[in-house]
Amino acid sequence: MAEPVWITGIGLVSCLGEGPEAHAAALAGASPVVDEESFAPFPVHPLPALNLDRQIPKKGDQRQMEPWQRLGTYAAGLAIDHAGARGLVADMHLVVAAGGGERDIGLDEAITAELATLPPAEAAARLNERLANGLRPTLFLAQLSNLLAGNISIVHGVTGSSRTFMGEEAAAADAVRITAARLAEGRGGIALVGGAYVAARWDMLLLYAASGGLLRGAWAPMAERGEAGLVMGSVAAFLVLETASHARARGATGLAVLTGIATGAARRRGEDSAEASAAGLAARLPLRPGATVISGASGAAAATAAEARFLAGLPAPGPMVRSAESLGHSVEAAFPANLALATLVVQAGAPQALATGFGVWRGEALALVEPVA
Amino acid sequence: MKDRNHLGRHVVAVTGIGLVTPLGFGVAESWAGLLAGRSGIRRISRFPTEHLRTTIAGEVTLPEEMGREPFTSPERVERMAALAAEEAVAGAGIGAPGRFPGPLFLGMPPVEVEWPQRLVFARQAEAGAALRYSDLIAAASGQQALFENCLFGGIGERLADRFGTSGAPISLTTACATGASSIQLGVEAIQRGEAQAALCIGAEGSVQPEALIRFSLLSALSTRNDEPPRASRPFEKTREGFVMSEGAAALVLESLESARARGATVLGLILGAGERADSFHRTRSNPDGGAIIGAMRAAITDAGLEPGQIDYVNAHGTGTPENDKMETLGMRAVFGDSPPPISSNKSMIGHTLSAAGAIEAVFSLLTIRDQRLPPTINHEAPDPAIPLDVVPNVARDAKVARVLSNSFGFGGQNVCLVVGAAP
Repeated sequence: MAEPVWITGIGLVSCLGEGPEAHAAALAGASPVVDEESFAPFPVHPLPALNLDRQIPKKGDQRQMEPWQRLGTYAAGLAIDHAGARGLVADMHLVVAAGGGERDIGLDEAITAELATLPPAEAAARLNERLANGLRPTLFLAQLSNLLAGNISIVHGVTGSSRTFMGEEAAAADAVRITAARLAEGRGGIALVGGAYVAARWDMLLLYAASGGLLRGAWAPMAERGEAGLVMGSVAAFLVLETASHARARGATGLAVLTGIATGAARRRGEDSAEASAAGLAARLPLRPGATVISGASGAAAATAAEARFLAGLPAPGPMVRSAESLGHSVEAAFPANLALATLVVQAGAPQALATGFGVWRGEALALVEPVA
Repeated sequence: MKDRNHLGRHVVAVTGIGLVTPLGFGVAESWAGLLAGRSGIRRISRFPTEHLRTTIAGEVTLPEEMGREPFTSPERVERMAALAAEEAVAGAGIGAPGRFPGPLFLGMPPVEVEWPQRLVFARQAEAGAALRYSDLIAAASGQQALFENCLFGGIGERLADRFGTSGAPISLTTACATGASSIQLGVEAIQRGEAQAALCIGAEGSVQPEALIRFSLLSALSTRNDEPPRASRPFEKTREGFVMSEGAAALVLESLESARARGATVLGLILGAGERADSFHRTRSNPDGGAIIGAMRAAITDAGLEPGQIDYVNAHGTGTPENDKMETLGMRAVFGDSPPPISSNKSMIGHTLSAAGAIEAVFSLLTIRDQRLPPTINHEAPDPAIPLDVVPNVARDAKVARVLSNSFGFGGQNVCLVVGAAP
């Protein structure tokens, strides 16, 4: 017997600030905060100033992390606080959608510059020497993808279970889907799920530049970006999901009901298109005309166009919010952030909100939220 | 046996298995090597080892990389995962070629752009000593193949395409428990009725300089370089670290009901899975062993069993002083004064990291099939602090119906599986 799953806490951080109030601005089409200088020619949406001590009180813990893990751990704490669930962490389940952690950029540059001019055999031996002497031992743990979840366990005491999904946007959508499915079937009463992304990173820009999809030069609205339309944004989004009975029993308020979530992965060739995949997912959700759409369009040209075709095929969709326009595209954080925004829309009175996810390369996802009856 | 378990959930059967290990390609070669007590640990041949504290590993060199530059980790992981999956799917006789009737769960290591690629871009950039990331980026721009190769979802997508699995492929990591987590996710999908079958893979291919050095800097690796086959010494007094290794395992899981309906041969059952996260430290367990004990007990409870019904434990058994001490504590806490025998496959194949939980689940099934316990080799000086029957040095026959397989990860992620005989 499937139990209803509520969203009872949101931890949201982006260039617009932290918390629900700061993000009401995103829903109203706030002008984005953009840094066009630091990573030129690529504009990025930077992080706001965070008082890390509020969520990660031990300096020793902060030192054991790089910015990505700190950001995620911080937002996870915001979500736990928002749900009033500090006392429930021991049995709280955790699924994190993770990317790779920060590399030591200075060391990479120095080694690469030196080795580029050496004969291959000599370069290989020198690489060993430079890495063995140059890598900070603690950096490895600060880089490991599953250590965002590990740090959430250590800092916040979340120990019910811990899983880390990898696979960009889709990983986060499946993290939410599987977390909700486990709760609905009675595997636990409360869970924390989400992801984080730091845009101000040369190593990640290298990966996304390889796709040829990053916007260069001045920031522009998505409609004016052309083929290379990705602007990366620093975002962290965690949600506390809870069965309705678990929330009621402790007197917690549901922010929204997660009415349905569906994910897919089209091969994106021929008939197996992203829009057909998403249309198939939509058919599994009780979507009504007029639902507000929190769009997961990233700005990557092909996926963004596919999403537009999908939305055009929906019967009478309601108002649309292009979150990537104000927050930037935040990969593993994007879908949880859109789901958080959808929750805020429902809180503000909308009868239904649909969060979409269209991965830059692969992955389609839809989630539907409604007010708690 | 009924099709539903004590919790009313679908019973999950294993109908196909595949392996790639340092002992060989395929289930037969790997299992024969393991029962013979053979070590797959050798001197590293893939790259020069000057300036390295550890120069040994359990490398898996693929036939197609002979006489060429070694594969990067994502390329190696994908190929080994595909080999193991081909063996498992063929053995299960399930679906049609390129049409596997269920989802893919892929346990794998994080991947990224690697040094050989960085150096190619640096040479193209010709920026000299002033080289910056922006120069590398200029050279890398538009290299779609690199992008798709290094995305975390890339390997899963290509495997999903190749095997025709349904839905979104799930790639995951829980450090050294990854392989067990991939099986657990498949078990849950079948128990929920979300799928009738699942393809669960754990794969690891990270023997390259930077990964080795990172582990080395944590003082996690054995430095017994002079005698590679004797370097991995789980539960032994002179153990001083694990040996990095590579490999892959694949399991075809099905509901017992659907396996029977199509007349498939059932190799064994996944009776239970349990997990518990540790909040103590990034690389060390809480000294009270709470999370390890909790995961072991949760798996046994999930299987509807009592500890006394476990006949043998496939150890996490990495050979680090810390892990083996904590695992011993867990054994005594869960099983009391007369724990069942426990042995470590890692004494022979090393620590296959993201693949370990899946490889060891396959070995657990084979242990039951052949009623024979694989040994813990290199057991020369018993550790008085480890009062366990570790099946020292030679395999032996035993009556085994149920195996507990342990996986404990860096970052505190612990997963245990209970594997049982076919009904």
